[in-house]
Amino acid sequence: MAYLDHAATTPMLDEALEAYVATAREVGNASSLHAAGRRARRRVEESREQVAAVLGARPSEVIFTGGGTESDNLAVKGIFWARRSARPDRRRVVSSAVEHHAVLDAVDWLSQHEGAEVGWLPVDAVGRLDPQTLRAELAAHADQVAVVTAMWANNEVGTVQPVAELAAVAAEHGVPFHTDAIQAVGQVPVDFGASGVAALTVTGHKLGGPTGVGALLLARDVPATPLLHGGGQERDIRSGTLDTAGIVAFAVAVETAVKGQQEYAARVAALRDDLIERVRQAVPEVIYNGDPTDRLPGNAHFSFPGCEGDALLLLLDAQGIACSTGSACSAGVAQPSHVLLAMGADDDRARSSLRFTLGHTSTQADIDALIAALPAAVDRARRAAALRTPR
Amino acid sequence: MRVLAAMSGGVDSAVAAARAVAAGYDVTGVHLALARNPQTYRTGARGCCTLEDSRDARRAADVIGIPFYVWDMADRFHEDVVDDFVAEYAAGRTPNPCLRCNEKIKFAAVLDRAVALGFDAVVTGHHARLGADGLLRRSVDLAKDQSYVLAVLTREQLDRSIFPLGDSTKAQVRAEAAERGLAVADKPDSHDICFIADGDTRGFLAGRLGEAPGEVVDASTGAVVGSHSGAYAYTVGQRRGLHLDRPAPDGRPRYVLSITPKTNTVTVGPAEALDVSDVHAVRPVWTGGARPDAPVECEVQLRAHGDVVPATVALDGDRLHAELRRPVRGVAAGQAVVAYRPDPAGDVVLGSATITG
Repeated sequence: MAYLDHAATTPMLDEALEAYVATAREVGNASSLHAAGRRARRRVEESREQVAAVLGARPSEVIFTGGGTESDNLAVKGIFWARRSARPDRRRVVSSAVEHHAVLDAVDWLSQHEGAEVGWLPVDAVGRLDPQTLRAELAAHADQVAVVTAMWANNEVGTVQPVAELAAVAAEHGVPFHTDAIQAVGQVPVDFGASGVAALTVTGHKLGGPTGVGALLLARDVPATPLLHGGGQERDIRSGTLDTAGIVAFAVAVETAVKGQQEYAARVAALRDDLIERVRQAVPEVIYNGDPTDRLPGNAHFSFPGCEGDALLLLLDAQGIACSTGSACSAGVAQPSHVLLAMGADDDRARSSLRFTLGHTSTQADIDALIAALPAAVDRARRAAALRTPR
Repeated sequence: MRVLAAMSGGVDSAVAAARAVAAGYDVTGVHLALARNPQTYRTGARGCCTLEDSRDARRAADVIGIPFYVWDMADRFHEDVVDDFVAEYAAGRTPNPCLRCNEKIKFAAVLDRAVALGFDAVVTGHHARLGADGLLRRSVDLAKDQSYVLAVLTREQLDRSIFPLGDSTKAQVRAEAAERGLAVADKPDSHDICFIADGDTRGFLAGRLGEAPGEVVDASTGAVVGSHSGAYAYTVGQRRGLHLDRPAPDGRPRYVLSITPKTNTVTVGPAEALDVSDVHAVRPVWTGGARPDAPVECEVQLRAHGDVVPATVALDGDRLHAELRRPVRGVAAGQAVVAYRPDPAGDVVLGSATITG
């Protein structure tokens, strides 16, 4: 099998898996007072320090969560609630149009159920935000803005955002800035402190850790109302028994991925560039989406004119090649990607897209397999798409 | 041979897919998403288009061990089946949406896409037999037989169709599903029309076509005997729900005899006035052998699960005429007339056409 969907999830690193198994064999609730509890607590705190150290945060700024979706929801809703309750007229959320659904739908929910007003920041044709649009938005509404959220790097088209510049604009206006860095950590340099963001989402399974564990890095002076109430763990912001084994494995994966980032990025980007070049040769009319330079090293995203991404995926899957249409699934039915649409693509181009993402286990053979299967798949998908009656 | 199994999330299509695998085909499962808004369609056991049904289909595909995808056919379904359904009622006819779905979606849009993608045939869980002779026959389970709603398929469509369940009863299919570890083994059968969530066809049509009050007229006297809120909501042969102001002079029940959209009139009369011995139909499809030049002695069925009567069927260009050996009550325009040739190995579908009167 050629696995070209590392942005969906990537295999666990051996060192993370070993750390997980070793820790999972030990009993102990990190909140218990006895020796077993203290041992678990020590593992959690060492992991917290490990994560903080490689991501440029203080240990007290690391809040362990159940993963990326939870961290995004906690940041967006939690900061919104806390800042609105301090000042009821502060109920505006500023978000980019290309966020992952974990942010997008949390923002929509606030708008539908909590009376939030939303300022959507547009992107250009490669999916990139312009700090000037945030500047204009905040110049007009800074007093009403509870939180700004914009991802570090886009999960579909791989475009890396000018996060430090955006965070600086938000800081000028004293508005907390959250960034979903799920796709960025381990792929590009990420430093929480140096970036100037107030909150940052990271998750385990995109960088070689386990699924179901992640963190929100949250600056000490940024208030957040909890989503989960209970035992008061994690600064009273995230209750729930700490997943010691998951946290330990997560920390090992974060450390390994961040420390190896440069070498990883160079190797994977070279493979990715080869993939792009050979896809272009095999299917000359292909459209390459996303920022050509400020881009995640493992991401290649294309539109195949005259094809439906769904059909291509099925045909490649049958040849043992795993990729993604990169589109959101609602009701199991593929919708045209909101990211592509925000970049100005029409419905057909959005539906004709496929995402190939490389990771730490990718090899040249994966790309060879893709190139061997792609032309025939494109031919067939075109024939199938030609059957569609014009709407 | 690569085949595409259409999986509704019900027990029949799950077992059909499993049998296709057992028969040695390279099978891919596909669930058709037909609802633009799944919440408005029937839920749970009663439908085939809900999220729960999609999950059931996916789970069955996992157990069978085949790839599984969801294909969005909502727009096509809406145009070719739902809009057609409404338009047919508005024109005073009584459509069969399952038949239309087979004709336009499952064995057209889906089949064409499958063939373009390199598949050789479509497998479904319909209860009908389609053997090596290429003839479509009734299922051995006459209570579940679906040959009526498949009779609209052309030779080309049948040649790319596989119905693995025709030799089994529903009870056997359920037992096999249980043996195969398919959780849908005891899922209740679907009923009625999948896109009308509450089963209220009249309410659905009223929502689409609006209220259109008009008169109910007695066929023999021409007298106005009641009123209605939309002639489209009535079906020929209908007795219930007429709400007539005045009883018939003879005190006997009255039935809908005809619907006239032009004047928005529902005409009622006694049961015997419903008797029909001549059935006229259009757009014939003939798959039970060469298209006949001379009239054919056979049996006809005039609605799903309806009685079967001996008849002489003649084709003339785009028209079909069936002369019934005994009159049938309540023949509705828009339904299909399906001609069968009695056969001990399962009655053979000869052809079908859409009834005009």
